[in-house]
Amino acid sequence: MKQEIPLKISGKVYVMGNNIDTDLIIPARYMTTMDPETLKLHAMEDLDPKQYPIPFLNPDKTCDYRIIVAGRNFGCGSSREHAPIALHTAGIQAVVAASFARIYYRNSVNGGRLILPLESDMDLTKNVATGDVLEIIVNEQRIFNPQKSLEYGFKPFGPVKGILEAGGLTEYNKQMLGLK
Amino acid sequence: MPQTITEKILARAAGKEAVVPGEIIDAKIDTLLMHDLTSPDAIKVLRNEFRNGIAEGLRVVIAPDHYIPQKDIASAILYKELMNFYEEHKDNPNIFAYPLGENYGVCHIMLPQEGHALPGDVILGADSHTCTYGALGAFSTGIGSTEAGNVLATGRLWLRVPESLKIYISGNLPKNVMAKDLFLKVVGDIDVDGALYQAMEWTGEAIRRLSTEERMTITNMAIEAGAKSGIVAPDDETYNYLYPRVPQNRRGDLSELCDLKSDPDADYANAISYNASDLVPLVAQPSLPSNVKPADELNDVKIDQAYIGGCTGGKLEDFVSAAEILKGNKVAKGVRLIVVPSTQKIYRKMLDTGLIGLYLDSGAVVSAPTCGACLGGHTGVLAPGEVCISVTNRNFRGRMGHPESSVYLASPLTVAASAITGYITGAPK
Repeated sequence: MKQEIPLKISGKVYVMGNNIDTDLIIPARYMTTMDPETLKLHAMEDLDPKQYPIPFLNPDKTCDYRIIVAGRNFGCGSSREHAPIALHTAGIQAVVAASFARIYYRNSVNGGRLILPLESDMDLTKNVATGDVLEIIVNEQRIFNPQKSLEYGFKPFGPVKGILEAGGLTEYNKQMLGLK
Repeated sequence: MPQTITEKILARAAGKEAVVPGEIIDAKIDTLLMHDLTSPDAIKVLRNEFRNGIAEGLRVVIAPDHYIPQKDIASAILYKELMNFYEEHKDNPNIFAYPLGENYGVCHIMLPQEGHALPGDVILGADSHTCTYGALGAFSTGIGSTEAGNVLATGRLWLRVPESLKIYISGNLPKNVMAKDLFLKVVGDIDVDGALYQAMEWTGEAIRRLSTEERMTITNMAIEAGAKSGIVAPDDETYNYLYPRVPQNRRGDLSELCDLKSDPDADYANAISYNASDLVPLVAQPSLPSNVKPADELNDVKIDQAYIGGCTGGKLEDFVSAAEILKGNKVAKGVRLIVVPSTQKIYRKMLDTGLIGLYLDSGAVVSAPTCGACLGGHTGVLAPGEVCISVTNRNFRGRMGHPESSVYLASPLTVAASAITGYITGAPK
């Protein structure tokens, strides 16, 4: 099923540091299922409240955030696709990070879930705070910060754009093979 | 054009004369690894989306290990589904399974042990430590479940050709220092994203002298520096390790395969070098593998648990090494030493050579092969505030249990020394 990459993503951001690992995103103890609705209930459950006083999920397990802003090496650690599944099902549409761990990046592109991995030109973690709103104009590679009237860029998708546009690797390969 | 060993392997997989770093290739995959936790969505992709069999020529190795022996009902279902998948495809001569029984174990030890990782192979698996097989001269790396499903169906996957980072190790490892300390030294210096997207290529006389199992420790942890893969060019050691393990029909090529190496004037993104003789026992403190200090500076850290097992430190030599320290000693009062042989064959060898008895005499608890507590699964999960020193690969927050527990990473020698004193203690000189 072909999916459109959204032209614009806007919403509240959740700001995180460097090296956010997949054990934080979804602890291994919940990996006895790949059911998205179950996984989302535990997204970012083990965050240190001293470092992250505002929880990622509300007490009723809903999530107010649409965008994660992080530093370097977001998604490091395990290969678990449960990580982008949990974040996407919680409501995250884009992760803006200074860099991504490679398996997390591949999973977000190839999984076909539209949780866009956007590699920002600069580390945005000092420029936005959790709860701020960002507007991402995806096709123009622009991120607008209305709080500060500032704009940032992110790197183009490059060769993986076709996979994103196809709706993930499975759809991409099916198209290539002429399967419906 | 001069090429690195990684570029040579990927060029062959792409059906090209040569490839360059950064290039995206459509790679033909030799072998896919599947285990219990990440396979459900891969199986779904093959079954529901492609509705065909496993791609022709692709070898599939099924090695359940994470929540095995089944720790609860949900993990029992995961295991059953994976085995049902095997049953459906078992007539395919290229599918190999190691179900719970006389020959099973932790997947990254099982593949080399059973001769499924050869020099020049391209091996993928939905597990981040799939990079282990670089120790045998293979290109191997971790992928996601959707990707694994696509590999099952098509036998191919897009890969970005990584830049290579050359790590030259001269000298001799001191007696109390292991490959684990060497990796911790490097990741401590370059950081957890110091080799992001790169191939870590280990070379130098100290690497040549390492056994295959010790090489597996440094390639296994490549992912902890952000690397795509780790690799050691094969040599006589590789040949001797593999010869008795590979099937007859692959033995003929083995000698030639073990000639695979980088060209002398190949291009590297960077090169670093160390003298192994300068190394001391090291420990990675919570909560990153790069947060490294000499063990001797952490002697006031009291431990609740010491853990020897998993894909990084649960190999036969790891247990032989730790046993040298433990022999004739008792685990400190109040400390739990948990010993998890990675495979049944290792377990059997430990039993036959008296190692199991030695561990039991020291007060250790010996469990069946499993990934177990390395990822906080079972068999040694930590309570709030507890401290564990472990031979495993990750010490992220909550990795081995409660988010308020802490994990220190060290070599089997240092973990054994610490189990005896009850405090972090570097392996004695």
